[in-house]
Amino acid sequence: MGDDAVKPSPPPTAGAGEGPGAARRRPDGSQIFLTTRFEQMLNAARKNSLWPFPMGTACCGIEFMSFMMSHYDISRFGAEVVRFSPRQSDLLIVAGTITDKMAPVMVRIYEQMAEPRYVISMGVCACTGGFYRAYHVVQGIDEFIPVDVYVPGCPPTPEALLQGVVKLQEMIERGETQYQRAIAARKAAQAAVGG
Amino acid sequence: MANREERAAAVRHAFPPGSGVEEVGGVDLQTFRVDRKVLPAFARHLKDDPALDCRLLSDLCGVDYPDREQRFDVVYHLYSIDRGHRIRVKVPVREDDAVVPSLVSVWKAADWFEREAFDMFGIRFSGHPNLKRILCHPAFHGHPLRKDYDPGQRWLLREGEQLAPSWADEVQEDEDHFETQVLNLGPSHPATHGTLRAVVRLDGEVITQAEVEIGYLHRCFEKMAEQHTWNQVIPYTDRLNYCSAMMNGVGYALAVERLVGVTAPPRAQVIRLILSELSRIMDHIVDIGANLNDLGAMTPFLYMYEAREEIYSVLEACCGSRLTMSYVRIGGLSFDVPDDFESSVRYLLKRIPRLLDDMERLITDNRIFRERTEGVGAMSAADALDWGWTGPCLRASGVAYDIRKAEPYLGYETYDFKVPVSHAGDTYARYLVRVEEMRQSLEIVAQALGRMVPGPVIVDDHRVALPPKEEVYTEMESLIWHFKLVMEGMKVPRGEVYGYTEAANGELGFYIVSDGSGSPYRIKVRPPCFAIFQAFEHMLPGHMVSDAVAILGSMNVIAGELDR
Repeated sequence: MGDDAVKPSPPPTAGAGEGPGAARRRPDGSQIFLTTRFEQMLNAARKNSLWPFPMGTACCGIEFMSFMMSHYDISRFGAEVVRFSPRQSDLLIVAGTITDKMAPVMVRIYEQMAEPRYVISMGVCACTGGFYRAYHVVQGIDEFIPVDVYVPGCPPTPEALLQGVVKLQEMIERGETQYQRAIAARKAAQAAVGG
Repeated sequence: MANREERAAAVRHAFPPGSGVEEVGGVDLQTFRVDRKVLPAFARHLKDDPALDCRLLSDLCGVDYPDREQRFDVVYHLYSIDRGHRIRVKVPVREDDAVVPSLVSVWKAADWFEREAFDMFGIRFSGHPNLKRILCHPAFHGHPLRKDYDPGQRWLLREGEQLAPSWADEVQEDEDHFETQVLNLGPSHPATHGTLRAVVRLDGEVITQAEVEIGYLHRCFEKMAEQHTWNQVIPYTDRLNYCSAMMNGVGYALAVERLVGVTAPPRAQVIRLILSELSRIMDHIVDIGANLNDLGAMTPFLYMYEAREEIYSVLEACCGSRLTMSYVRIGGLSFDVPDDFESSVRYLLKRIPRLLDDMERLITDNRIFRERTEGVGAMSAADALDWGWTGPCLRASGVAYDIRKAEPYLGYETYDFKVPVSHAGDTYARYLVRVEEMRQSLEIVAQALGRMVPGPVIVDDHRVALPPKEEVYTEMESLIWHFKLVMEGMKVPRGEVYGYTEAANGELGFYIVSDGSGSPYRIKVRPPCFAIFQAFEHMLPGHMVSDAVAILGSMNVIAGELDR
């Protein structure tokens, strides 16, 4: 469980136990329950059980395998359950060059994924096209789908990708991913028109 | 040269001067310029005449010369396994009438290579059974490897425009009203590793028809190479077969070195050889591991990946990069190896055999594995040659063709190693051959370690290699060479060469044309798995869907090399 995600309420002062949001305590002083916002609890759960869909198309796919294997071991960060069906996954890791021929496939996969969904762009090819300034290569997958974390490198080391996953977890916790921001913006717009 | 004369005589006997076949000076290979009218007869003669015996079509490509009246050359590279000679055939065609007879009926291997030449140059091959784009997507306009095509010009493919085989919509029904079903495998499918696609027609669970679509990772290597200097191409070669990046760089550097006329110093050659053989082991590990993984055996992959990580740490110590090394330079290597190189390689020599034994204990006599692979995807020697197969897949079919033995480079003739061959030709045989090759590679590495002579790792020739830094700071001439090499790149004399090495998947060829400038005029890669994979759709009918996965894994198709 994340340390900051579920915040215990402040220590009881005189008159604690009155009113909502205050911690109830047993006679020995131990806490009975804590309060948090529902959204925060959800985010804490989401960030610690990411289900990646590995879209390993090229060299980065080989480093992605290193990242999965015992030496680097992504399961330490709770994201080891790789799914090859987009419908069972919520984290798209695009590992490798995406060509114009592959782009519609990638968009389709992204649209099929379970919501809320996140995207990590692994390697410079996925981020910007890399050194393939060429007639058949997408110059960055953000031409087609929103990206949360860019991990540069050609290919990035597994450590870099691990850090990318940790960054994404921090973003999920703070509600800063592209998906969460889009939802927040929609809610704000609905509130503004009184919906 | 006597053999060369014999071959010229054998050609003259059937095609006397004036009949459209003419021998033109080829520096590296015997070259014939052939009129397209006699091409099919000439090709048939090359294949069937026992003195010529060119049963392997190793490469076929186009070259664009916009200033010539006959704008395109179609270049064929042929090899005789039994006699060990190579022949190059050139067929010039005009732009307004760019049609060449297809040679699919002579060598099946011509199938995809001709489609690629059509895709890249717009050269049509009359009589080809399925002439359509192969690497570029169907909404693409123009032919990208023509010299007048802007390298950055992209075309958008929409989802509805994706290609399905012409037969995919047909409904087939037999007299009992059992319908067949069309199934799409890939490109995003766990067993196709992200970038391969096969559409199959199923009768029950048995495949009756199949068509393969590739090009999902076509990242324009050949066009990019033309935009860069000779040494800048090396990082691109690393990303061809990225499972064994070192070997691509070595193959490319050897080809260019032949054209320039330099040889890497002995120390560089030994290091190249050691790292190439370690790369071969890494490549086979990924192939076997992925194949087993697709068949449901996760454990061996986890075991073997440890060996990969151990090799990675040696590579990282040499050049700072784990996977895509860019360690080779034309004329040698970029740096010397670290001091503890020998001891760390010796550690690998102890460690890897133990991991191999672990894996073999789990797999080689495993009943599930054997029942799923024995007799599955069998390929006869004659068919394999006809499809242009090389490497472990060909050797599993019973042809002992290994370039390290047939035409040694890097001093392979001085090492004592064996070429494993199997005669079954099936998926299990391909596994066995790869395992034994790993053990043989370890043998070679052990012998090579004793030959690590001290000395420089790059040639002392300022036409190709940067002068040492201390000289650049102290001597005017070195400074000038440094400036010219950095600003203009090295110059390679005008000419052409076909360089070939034994990469992890087979014959990796680089057909290089130089116009004397600082960047290549044309580089054509002959990717081994391109030839291997084109047989896939013809092997599938009669197999089950689950067999398709087993066969595909055993072919070791690396998309970076397949699509380039």
